[in-house]
Amino acid sequence: MDETYSQANKIVQTSGRRKKITAIDVVVAFVKYTIILLLTVSFILPLYWMAMSALKIPEQVFVIPPIWFPNPARWINYIEAWKVDEFSLYLFNTVFRYCLPVVIGTVVSNTFVAYSFGRLKWPGRDVLFAICLMTMMIPGQVTMVPVFIIFKHLGWINSFKPLVIPSFFASAYNIFLLRQFFRTIPEELSDSARIDGANEFQILAYVILPLVKPALAVVALFSFMGAWNDYMGPLIYINQSDLFPISLGLASLSATLNQVGIKGLAYPYLMAVSTLVTIPIILIFFFAQRTFIEGIALTGMKG
Amino acid sequence: MTFAQRLKIRRFSPKERRQLAIGLLFASPWILGFLFWTVYPLISSLYYSFTRYDLLRPPVFIGLQNYKEILFTDPHFKVVLPNTLFYVFFSVTLSTLTAFLVAYLLNTKIVGRPFFRAIFFFPAIVPITVVAMMWGYLLNPQYGAINAVLRALQLPIIPFLSNPDLAKPSLVMINMWACGYGMVLFLASLQDVPRELYEAAIVDGANEFHKFWFITIPMVSPVILFNLVTGFIWGFQDFSLPWLLTNGGPNEATEFYALHLFRNAFRFLRMGKASAMAWLLFIMIIIFTYLLFKTSARWVYYGSEDKK
Repeated sequence: MDETYSQANKIVQTSGRRKKITAIDVVVAFVKYTIILLLTVSFILPLYWMAMSALKIPEQVFVIPPIWFPNPARWINYIEAWKVDEFSLYLFNTVFRYCLPVVIGTVVSNTFVAYSFGRLKWPGRDVLFAICLMTMMIPGQVTMVPVFIIFKHLGWINSFKPLVIPSFFASAYNIFLLRQFFRTIPEELSDSARIDGANEFQILAYVILPLVKPALAVVALFSFMGAWNDYMGPLIYINQSDLFPISLGLASLSATLNQVGIKGLAYPYLMAVSTLVTIPIILIFFFAQRTFIEGIALTGMKG
Repeated sequence: MTFAQRLKIRRFSPKERRQLAIGLLFASPWILGFLFWTVYPLISSLYYSFTRYDLLRPPVFIGLQNYKEILFTDPHFKVVLPNTLFYVFFSVTLSTLTAFLVAYLLNTKIVGRPFFRAIFFFPAIVPITVVAMMWGYLLNPQYGAINAVLRALQLPIIPFLSNPDLAKPSLVMINMWACGYGMVLFLASLQDVPRELYEAAIVDGANEFHKFWFITIPMVSPVILFNLVTGFIWGFQDFSLPWLLTNGGPNEATEFYALHLFRNAFRFLRMGKASAMAWLLFIMIIIFTYLLFKTSARWVYYGSEDKK
């Protein structure tokens, strides 16, 4: 599409007004690229500073003007910083006790609910769906205290249950997102399966699911990252350090470094762990960029 | 027609009853979750807001005392509210503006658009703890890169996070840096603007500014509204970044609503007061959203083609 447009534009331009690429156009292009490059640099620089500072030796940390290309680069900082605290354990906690269960819960529960709201007809459906969407307006703070008290009574403080179990009960945002996808599938497909005697579970499993894999990927990705990045949830429910997810470990690292008595390398270590925590996100983003962009664009469509 | 009458008229046929059963079965995770994590908490938090409750002893009903304390006698709240309004207003408007500017630039004929889009989006998904660590270091008056550069240039340093007047703007700046979600939405919507509109405008003798003001802005105005609404709802609840980076300081300059609420709930164990604060927040969010939608009738353009 884009290409045909730009070709058409070129034809219009060359035939309509010949040789209009004047000095003004060059200046405009120059200014435009300058602005974009300046913006790019200012968006990237903080991340570059983080990754690069991780490689410094103490003498390089406090130098003025700051060093942007540490030489020698102390790569071992990454390993040493990782070992300052139990980050391998925190990583395990994050991935296996938090992220993966949440991904499973979110994908499974939201698939069923979105199927019900998007592709089944039943009395009261639209009213309930409207209520469901309205729950997005409720600030988390309103339910935070009672939900905490429920989990406290259940004895779930200092476990991942308060963070994981709710994900098995679907949530408005994901229901909305999946429902948008589900509705794009022609109704005839479901109908013909129904005529063949399939029940709704079979239709969902064999007709719909194969067609909405990209949508499930979006939901899985967003929920994984949500759990990986979450700080407030663990802050409320987990205060036992052997259960820390990586976000709490990183947040308390500067205190830990202070305790251990590491001074000169404190900032390199902090930046090293920060970089390591970011790397999985970079990888996910690199491999699933399209999924991301499309998923976000889709949620905005209701605006 | 009353509700009872309606029910009588709508006697379900066996087929309808079956559909209802299956529909409810598939929707049951959300329905149960809605009851457990929304309906019950809403009711009990409203009840708690009229009580004194410290988790150790059962709640004691005290009427409107929590609300009175928050609104009239709490010395912190007088600071927290303007702090929050300042922070939310500038964070939302300036990051929406940044997002739009970047998207607008990327929507022009440009080499390597996917590359730039990735760069500008990425900060939005950096883990919040990392964002806090990184910017905390970057903005540090003694060791941070920005002040080191200033020092090398013999310029006065900027105490970003340790000066009460600069702490809020510094946080706003970080939010502008992380405006990627809005940028992606704007870019998608800019690319959807039909080119015929611009071509027709050129024929009518429109210049660049006319095209921008009379075509681009109206066509993306629904996305502007969406960004503002979601931005305001999230902004009022923003917790992690200020908590990690400044923890309310210096001198309460970044003590925002969500921080103050969290402190009351989980540090001072004042669950009743925290619940009352939460309900006031809820009311505030409803009012803001309502006002935004109300004014939006004047400036948001819904094209005839996208009714749904």
